[in-house]
Amino acid sequence: MSSFKAFDIAGSGMAAQSVRLNTTASNLANAESVSGDKASVYKPRHPIFQAVRASLSTQPGDAQANPAVKVAGIYESQAPAVARYEPGNPLADTNGYVYAPSVNVVEEMVNMISASRSYQNNVEVMNTSKELLLATLRLGQG
Amino acid sequence: MPLNLDQYVSVHATALDVRAKRGELIANNLANADTPGYQARDIDFRQAMARAAGQAPTSGVHLSTTNAGHIGGNSSADAATNPDLKYRTPLAPALDGNTVDAQVEQAAFAENAVRYQATLTFLNSKFRGLLAAITGQ
Repeated sequence: MSSFKAFDIAGSGMAAQSVRLNTTASNLANAESVSGDKASVYKPRHPIFQAVRASLSTQPGDAQANPAVKVAGIYESQAPAVARYEPGNPLADTNGYVYAPSVNVVEEMVNMISASRSYQNNVEVMNTSKELLLATLRLGQG
Repeated sequence: MPLNLDQYVSVHATALDVRAKRGELIANNLANADTPGYQARDIDFRQAMARAAGQAPTSGVHLSTTNAGHIGGNSSADAATNPDLKYRTPLAPALDGNTVDAQVEQAAFAENAVRYQATLTFLNSKFRGLLAAITGQ
């Protein structure tokens, strides 16, 4: 039955947005994870969303045919680490520098709000679709 | 005179089908609200209804295909299976090429849901009418 596709679509949207929330949480939690050398410092992670292109009127049972959104991958930001002069830090290198990941906290907070709003949108879609389907099931009963 | 049940509910059954499809489309738009390059889509309801009712829409230009190897005029990916699928004109396209306007889609989804319920109400009253006729009360 085609009406159940709305659940798959909204579900894929919720899954994608929760991956985005997860990466945001990881980035925020590691915003102050300093390291002694540039190479091993935490790199901010971001998901790559991709639309699944498919026709809406394909044969039922075709698992690949559902249009949705998917997380194509998670990339690590290549932005250079921020050097901080902290000679007292036990992690500091020989020149007295520690390296902090280039996490933009404001950007991450905005990402978090955007992700949670999009998640809520998908939940609403799912709720409305459920109500409509239930109403359709009650068709003819009064 | 025998009653053709299909004909009795036909418009509303078709409308329900098209509404369900449109709901899926808008759900897909909302799911892809943050996908770079995604372009929001919607159904031309009048055209979809006309097509479902078996009448070809009068507007629109189509290439004639005189050979099995020819490709029809509408080049969009889903055109073969659903020629009523259109791209939405964005109010404020994002820099990443995404044309989903969450508020517009929310409004469209709510409108579609209400109209779906209206169609359900029409169908329900038709069935009630039938039941009243059958039971004779």
